[in-house]
Order: sequence, then C-alpha cells, then structure tokens
Amino acid sequence: MVNTILTIAGALMLVAILLSLYRFLKGPTTADKVVAFDVMTVSSSAILVLLGYYSNRYIYLDVALVYGLLSFIGVIIVARYIEKGY
Amino acid sequence: MACLVLSGSLLWPVILKKDIKMDVLAIIGAFITLIGSIFMVLGALGLVRMPDVFNRIQTGTKASTLGTILSLLGLALIVPSWSGKLISFILFVGLTNPVSSHVLARAAHHLKIPMSVSDRTVTDKLSEYYNNNPKEVEE
Repeated sequence: MVNTILTIAGALMLVAILLSLYRFLKGPTTADKVVAFDVMTVSSSAILVLLGYYSNRYIYLDVALVYGLLSFIGVIIVARYIEKGY
Repeated sequence: MACLVLSGSLLWPVILKKDIKMDVLAIIGAFITLIGSIFMVLGALGLVRMPDVFNRIQTGTKASTLGTILSLLGLALIVPSWSGKLISFILFVGLTNPVSSHVLARAAHHLKIPMSVSDRTVTDKLSEYYNNNPKEVEE
C-alpha cells in the first residue's frame, strides 16, 4: 500500500518535471527559464529522496541536500548576473 | 471514572502496539507525500499556464516549496529514523527557495520585462517605491 502510493507520488513528480521542462525549453525570457530550472531541481531533489527510500540508502539524502544547495547557488548567480552584470 | 481509567490503561498496550502504530503512521505519511506531489504538479501546471514572468515565479516557487515540504514530511513519517536529516532538508528548502524566487523577481523587474499581455497584472509596488524615493534606485 505504502509503496504503491509512493510510486504514484513519484510519477506525479516526474510529470511536474516534464511540465516545467516545457517552460524551460520554450520560455520567452531568461527569467522564465531560470524559474523553470528552479522548479525542476526542487522536484528532482524530492525524487532523489524517494529513490533513497526505495533503495534503502541513507546517503542519498546527502546527495539530495547538496543538489538543492547547488541549484540554489546557480539560481542566485544567474539572477545576480542578469540584474547587475557581475 | 476509575473503571474508565482502568479500561484505558488496559487498552493502551493494544493501541500502542508497535506494528499497528507504525503501519498507520506509514499510511498517513504516504498520503501526505501524495498531497505534496499533487502540489508540485499544480505548481508546474501554473508554470505552463500563467501569462507572465512574475505570475510564473509566484506560482512555481510557492507551490513547489509547499509540495517539497509536504512530501519530505510524509517520508519522515514513513521512515522515522531518517527524520533528523529530512527535517534539516525541510528547513533548508523553506529558507532557500523563497530567497531565490525573490532575487529572481527583482532581477526580472530590473530587466523591465513587461508585466502581462492582457493587462491582468496591474499593481507594481516596486516602481511606485522607486518613483517616490528616487535616491534609492540602484545603478
């Protein structure tokens, strides 16, 4: 029961990544693309945690944490770059 | 009253038997994870459907933040021995995601991206603030 519901949840997260991939490829401005990138990375870090539950490995939580940190730093860097140029 | 207390204390080991409790907690956590993933899908759908950069920033980051927090909370209910690191991850997401969306909205406003095609986005408080205080406009 729990594994079935978690599989459905993982599939919905994958659908979320695909929908934001559409905006990432199509978005008219740079800010659209960066927002889509942010949503994609946050959803995929949740998927990483789910994968850690499936394969029963505690270390995947660290992977998801570092992934979220790197996506945050990337979004901040791109936003600062398009705002001020440095 | 004493009979009630006595029957309650006799019922405690049955109610709090470890397997049943863990099962119920796991099912509740799975449903919370499902609700969080539904929030993620709705946020991504708003990212596709919204007409404007600022609307997209708002709906995408808010809904995906709530979805991530709910799904991690549900997983912390399913696997209670992981809950420490999951709660620190929840705090991390709740701190960093609004900051990145704020910085991004500020950059989009600085780029002077037009608000909306069909004029449904009306209020622009930051431009009003800059018009009222011309000294604070950053170069």
